[in-house]
Amino acid sequence: MRLKILNSGYSLSRKMLFTFIRVVSGQPVPDAAKLVFYRPDFYGKPMAALTHEAMRGISAWSVGDREMMAAFVAKMNECEFCIRAHSAVAARAYQDEVKVSAVLSDLETAPIEEPLRATLLMLGKLTREHTVDMNDMRTVLAAGVSREQIQDALAVCFAFNSTARLADAFEFDVLEPKGFEAGAKFLLSRGYR
Amino acid sequence: MSVQDKKRTTHQALVTRVLEGDGRAAHNQRRAAFDNAGLTAPLSTLVNKVAKYAYKVTDEDILAVGEAGLSEDQIFEIVVCAAIGQATRQYETALAALDGVIEEE
Repeated sequence: MRLKILNSGYSLSRKMLFTFIRVVSGQPVPDAAKLVFYRPDFYGKPMAALTHEAMRGISAWSVGDREMMAAFVAKMNECEFCIRAHSAVAARAYQDEVKVSAVLSDLETAPIEEPLRATLLMLGKLTREHTVDMNDMRTVLAAGVSREQIQDALAVCFAFNSTARLADAFEFDVLEPKGFEAGAKFLLSRGYR
Repeated sequence: MSVQDKKRTTHQALVTRVLEGDGRAAHNQRRAAFDNAGLTAPLSTLVNKVAKYAYKVTDEDILAVGEAGLSEDQIFEIVVCAAIGQATRQYETALAALDGVIEEE
C-alpha cells in the first residue's frame, strides 16, 4: 500500500493477529482487512458496522445479490481488488460463477431476474455519473423493486463507492486467486464485523 | 429501530466520526476533503482524484501531499474523508430522488 503506516503501523497484538490469519488461511492478510484494522476507531469500526448492516443485515435481497451489487459497483469504479474480492463472494454465495461473470461482462444479457438487472443499471449510473434522478427511480420501481430494496441497494452502493476509492487511492495489492477465495470464504461465513 | 433507520444511523455515525471526532488532520481540512472544496494544490489534486476517479491516483500524488507537510496519518484521514464524502453525495442524491417519487404517489 502507498502509505507505510498501512503496511506496518500496527500494535504488537494486531501484528500477532495478522500472523495468526496468515497461518490459518495460508494466505496473506488482504489490504482491505489491514485498512479496517488501522486506527479502527477513526474509520474501521464505524465502516465495518455500516458494511455489515448493508451486506448481512435484514433485506429482501439475498447475500449473493448484495455481493453481486458490490462487485458491479467495483467494476464501475474500475477497482480491480474489489471486483475480484466481491465477485468471488458472489460466486460462492450463488454457487454460480458463470452468472457472476455474465453480469460483469454484459449486464443487459446476463441470466438474472429483471428487478436485480434494473437495480444494477441504476447503481451503475449513480456510480459512473455520481447522480440519478426520479425517472431512474421510477424505472427501478416499475421493474418490481420495492422502495426498501432500493434503499438497501443504495446502502450497498455507498459502502463500495467508499471502499473502492480507498482501495485504489491506497493501492491495495491484488491477491492471487487463492487469496480471494480464502477471503470470500471468510466474508461469507463471518461477514464484515 | 427500522431496518432503514439502522442503515441511515450507521452512515451518519461514520460521517460524524470522521468529520467531528478526534483526528490528526484539522477538522476544517477533513471537512474540505469530504466536500472536495476549498483546498489548494497539491491536496486538492489528490482529493479530487479520490472523489472523481480514484483509480488515477498515483504515488506522486501521495508524495506531493507529504512533501507539502502532511503526515501519513493526516493523509490517511484526508483520503478517507474524500472517499466517504463523494460516496455520501451519491447516496443522498439517490435517496432524495427515491423520496421524490414516493411523495408523488
